[in-house]
Formats: sequence, C-alpha cells, structure tokens
Amino acid sequence: MEKKTVLFAAHQAMGARIVPFGGWLMPLHYGSQIEEHHAVRRAAGMFDVSHMQVLDLLGEQARGFLRRLLANDVARLTEPGKALYSCMLNERGGVIDDLIVYFIGEGRYRMVVNAATAEKDLAWILAQAAGFEVVIEPRDELAMIAVQGPAARERVLPLLPGALRAGVAALAPFHAATDGEWFVARTGYTGEDGFEVLLPGVDATAFWEALAAAGVAPCGLGARDTLRLEAGMNLYGSDMDEQTLPLEAGLGWTIAWEPVERDFIGRPVLDARRGADGNRRFVGLVLRDRGILRDHQRLFSGDREIGGITSGGFSPTLERSIALARVDSGCPESCEVEIRGRRLEVQVVRPPFARNGRAVVKID
Amino acid sequence: MSNLPTELKYARSHEWVRAEGGDLVSVGISDHAQELLGDLVFVELPEVGAGVDAGSECAVVESVKAASDVYSPVTGEVVEVNEALADAPETINDSPYEDGWMFKVRLSDPAELEGLLDAAAYSEVIESE
Repeated sequence: MEKKTVLFAAHQAMGARIVPFGGWLMPLHYGSQIEEHHAVRRAAGMFDVSHMQVLDLLGEQARGFLRRLLANDVARLTEPGKALYSCMLNERGGVIDDLIVYFIGEGRYRMVVNAATAEKDLAWILAQAAGFEVVIEPRDELAMIAVQGPAARERVLPLLPGALRAGVAALAPFHAATDGEWFVARTGYTGEDGFEVLLPGVDATAFWEALAAAGVAPCGLGARDTLRLEAGMNLYGSDMDEQTLPLEAGLGWTIAWEPVERDFIGRPVLDARRGADGNRRFVGLVLRDRGILRDHQRLFSGDREIGGITSGGFSPTLERSIALARVDSGCPESCEVEIRGRRLEVQVVRPPFARNGRAVVKID
Repeated sequence: MSNLPTELKYARSHEWVRAEGGDLVSVGISDHAQELLGDLVFVELPEVGAGVDAGSECAVVESVKAASDVYSPVTGEVVEVNEALADAPETINDSPYEDGWMFKVRLSDPAELEGLLDAAAYSEVIESE
C-alpha cells in the first residue's frame, strides 16, 4: 500500500496524474510535463517533495558520526544553516544514497535522503551509529515543498512566516534559515535558483495553495526529472547505486580527501582507485539526430562497446535528446548509440546541459 | 473522459483506423493513448512501401518519459506517412484523430475492418484497464 503525502488531495484537486514512486503516490504531471519544465526555467514551479525522508541527528557526537558516515566532510560546515551534498558509501565504496546534510547548530544536523531508499538508509545509519552518542530522529510530520525558478524568490518570500522573511531573503546559495518548525534552504534539484521549504504538515496545503495563487506552477516528477537531467544532476538508482563508486559517477568532487586521517566508510577502496587509469568516466551526451536517448542504451566507438547510458530523455530547453552516461576511460568526443538496432551519432559533452534558464552546452 | 469518434474503428492496443474510401485507411493512436503517454517528443514512422501485418509493431511514439510501440491494426502496404510529425510530434497530443494521423495503409483485405472494435466496444476496453 503506497503512502500519500499531506498534499495528496491538493494534487488531485489540481488535476494531477498520480503514479506510484518509491513507495508513495506522487504527481507525475498536472497536464503537460513540458510546460511545467518551461515554467521552472522561465518563471517558477513547485514540487511536493514531502516523500523525501528528513532525519535529524542530535547529540554531542553527531559531528564525529557524520564524519565517519559520509564521504564529504561535515567539518566543512562551520556556519549554522550551511548545507553540504554528500554520498553515503558502503564498505566497498558503492553509493548507498546521495543526500544533503545541514548544520543547524552544535550537536544538531539535519539530513534529507531519497524516498525510495529511506528505509535501507535508516537501517544503515542506525547500524553505523552504534558506539556513537547520537540520536537519529525521523521527522515524518514535516512536509517539504521545493519552489524553483527565476521568479521563485519574489513569489515565496511574501508567503513565509514574518519572522523568517528577512533571514531567507539574505540566504546565500546552499544555506538555510529556520524559525520554529519552518526550515527554508536555498537549494534545489533543477539548476535554477529557489528554495526547499520544510514546514509542519498541517501548514502545507495552505502554503501550496498560496503559492499557486501567487502564480507558481505545480510541477510533477516528470518535470523534476527532465530539469535535473538538464542540470547534470545525478539520479540515485539510475546514475549510481551500491555497485558504483562515486569516482565513476561524476561525484569525485563530493569526496573530501583531506584530512587524510579521516576514516570515512568506503575510504580505503576510494583511496586505491583515486586517479586510476581504468576508472570509467561519467559524461553528458547530446543526440544530433532525432530520437530519444534512454537509460541502458549501449554506446559504441566503431565496433567496440564503450559504455552505456545511465539516464536519458528529451531536453525541453535544448529541444533534443540528452543523457548521462558511463564510458570507458578512453572515450572519444563523439560515439554512437544503439537505438532499436540502429546506430546514431552522439556528441560527448560535460554536464550541465542547461542552467538558469538557458542551454550551457555548445552543440556541434 | 476521452474523446472517441464513432466513425472510427479501434484496436485493443489503442490505435484507431479511419476508412478513407476504397481500400485505403489512415491510422493513428487514440486520445486515451496520447493522454496516457503524456507529451510526445519523437515519432518513428514506417517506410512508405513497407508491408505491415495486423498486430505487428510498425511505429514508435516516445513521450518525455517512455517509448511505446504502435501496432498496425490492419494488413497491407503503407502508402503514405505523416511527415509533419517529425518536426511536431506534439500534434498527436493536440489532435490525435485529425492532424495527428500517423500513416495510411492500402488494405490487403478490406473485410479486415469488421474485426476491429467500434467506439462503444473500445470504450469498454479503456474502462476495464
């Protein structure tokens, strides 16, 4: 039986097509996924992301625990409200999940993990926490609404509780402000400016409806996927999983190698593979011809199979198909993709493809 | 409730067939099918001159999220395809029964049409899904 977020009735009232996703019933779109995508690139859109799991980590050793648990280093978080993107690895260096962790204050951190992996994440975290003075507190009573796009800021600020407005208006990217149970971060998954707003579930419907009235377009998981793909952001379960090293998923930048004595889970494997010649590369692809790149399509250079697409689709901003792919270390600047038995040429690019309303890759 | 013109015949696999006079028919996908697929972004059509068999895959429509095969509801030869769809696949979303037609077939056996569903029968197929 799938779970429903507190906004489920609001989605139905707005004509959402509902689909099961990660154990939840979520909106796929409210009519046109492409129009929702454009709304975010051009003005403002909102996403119900209440299915994502919020975990508070409390206790004197919360910091020490997170420095062991995560491949990125929470010691980098010195100001309250600062956020960090990190992978959580297993002992083999594979990615259990990717997440955002916020430093709230001494002995207080907040993590947001993926919905589909929430249960295994929590089990892993609890198992690793044995021996640390830390309490893990799931915050299932909170809802989460992401408001993204160039107009997100001006449309969100007037609708926030008065005590938060000035603090949120002053936020730098990747920082959060909080007041009571409201927690507003200048983060997102679209490549646009905007906020992710955590708020009490009982306030969520009124806030959602007020945003809609202010001209923020409701957007579903479909647009969320094409926006993050254009922004070159990885999707857990497609672009990386427990068998993938972050080094081969374009996530090397999220590993804090210094200080060398920090012994995070998975470190010995990553140390051995760091900078290795055989590591596969994580690249972007643009299809020159008509057609749609999809995950699991195979890539070739001449007769040699050199890798495969991890996630692909249509880019409404570029009006052609794009993908993320894992390829052998010696991949050339173009290669061929096999679609239904035919080979089509693709250009290899460095993601992102689009950000802040416009294309950022140069297409030959 | 999706739109189901009564002058058309339908296949269980969600294609429609329109008699165009003589042994000629045009084929497309139903309003229900386009609605399920969502925004279409790519269409692969059969070649003119190709033979198609009833029930065989002969075209592909891709929406933002997924690719779906289109099955020919009839047997015969493809005599024309809707070239305009290459540049504007969303035409199928906007006008599934008119401008969004996909290909025309010269029927091997015009009696084959009688084996297809009428609007009422197809409507039951949709409701039972």
